Amino acid sequence: MKGSVQVKNQSLIIHVPKELDHHSALPIRQQADDIMRHQNIREVVMDFSGTDFMDSSGIGMMMGRYRAVQRNGGHMRAEHVNDRVKKILDMAGIGKLIEISRA
Amino acid sequence: MENTNEMVLEFDSRSQNEGFVRVAVAAFATQLNPTLEEVADLKTAVSEAVTNVVIHAYREKTGKVRIECCVRGKEMTVTVIDYGVGIENIEKAMEPLYTTRPELDRSGMGFAFMEAFMDELEVESRPGNGTIVRMKKKFGCGQSPFA
Ligand SMILES: Nc1ncnc2c1ncn2[C@@H]1O[C@H](COP(=O)(O)OP(=O)(O)OP(=O)(O)O)[C@@H](O)[C@H]1O
Ligand SMILES: [Mg+2]
Repeated sequence: MKGSVQVKNQSLIIHVPKELDHHSALPIRQQADDIMRHQNIREVVMDFSGTDFMDSSGIGMMMGRYRAVQRNGGHMRAEHVNDRVKKILDMAGIGKLIEISRA
Repeated sequence: MENTNEMVLEFDSRSQNEGFVRVAVAAFATQLNPTLEEVADLKTAVSEAVTNVVIHAYREKTGKVRIECCVRGKEMTVTVIDYGVGIENIEKAMEPLYTTRPELDRSGMGFAFMEAFMDELEVESRPGNGTIVRMKKKFGCGQSPFA
């Protein structure tokens, strides 16, 4: 699965690819930043339903978008997070900053 | 003398190689009957080391990355070698959250993940010559202490 980005109302929904690494994070970052520059985005939703691999590049990509949406008074959340992704997010301390749900 | 089994990969430091390389190393580890979690740990650690070469060692240029894998008993050693810029202060580089490229969305978690997901991590570097990252993991020992 390739990642894609979509806007619904003021939410930016990022459909995270099967493997979120440096290579796959680059185009997502570009698309997300492009939209966030031109639209009033108040929420970033990371949809991990199709994801089974993530490394520190995913953490960096999320933190960058988290800061951007925060500057705009918004927030970020992650949904459909499996055990592996949850473990990586927890190790990076992201659980303290954003809402993480398994469903 | 115990039997060993070795494998070497050499490839260009292009980001599209990150995926196949961690899968190749994980496939080589199947001879150790790893658990799913051990495979995921190995893949993450390899991905971190290779991504560091692509981003930091060669920056905008492209160079060669060499990965040597050696299985000995229940243990696998993965050595990731580059011929790039090298690391001035290894101790500092290995601190969690330390990064020299914050503008590229780096979080400084790479070495922390390698350390957490492998049993041993050793870094050697010569500025201007390159870096060697050596990681070891024992398989079939149940849960890692970080689980
Ligand atoms: N192979 C390498 N060659 C040169 N410098 C390196 C290499 N690997 C790591 N470094 C240096 O060590 C620092 C820390 O590496 P680490 O992987 O922990 O974090 P990062 O790559 O900056 O961020 P992240 O891994 O979270 O994306 C890097 O910022 C870089 O300066
Ligand atoms: Mg790194």
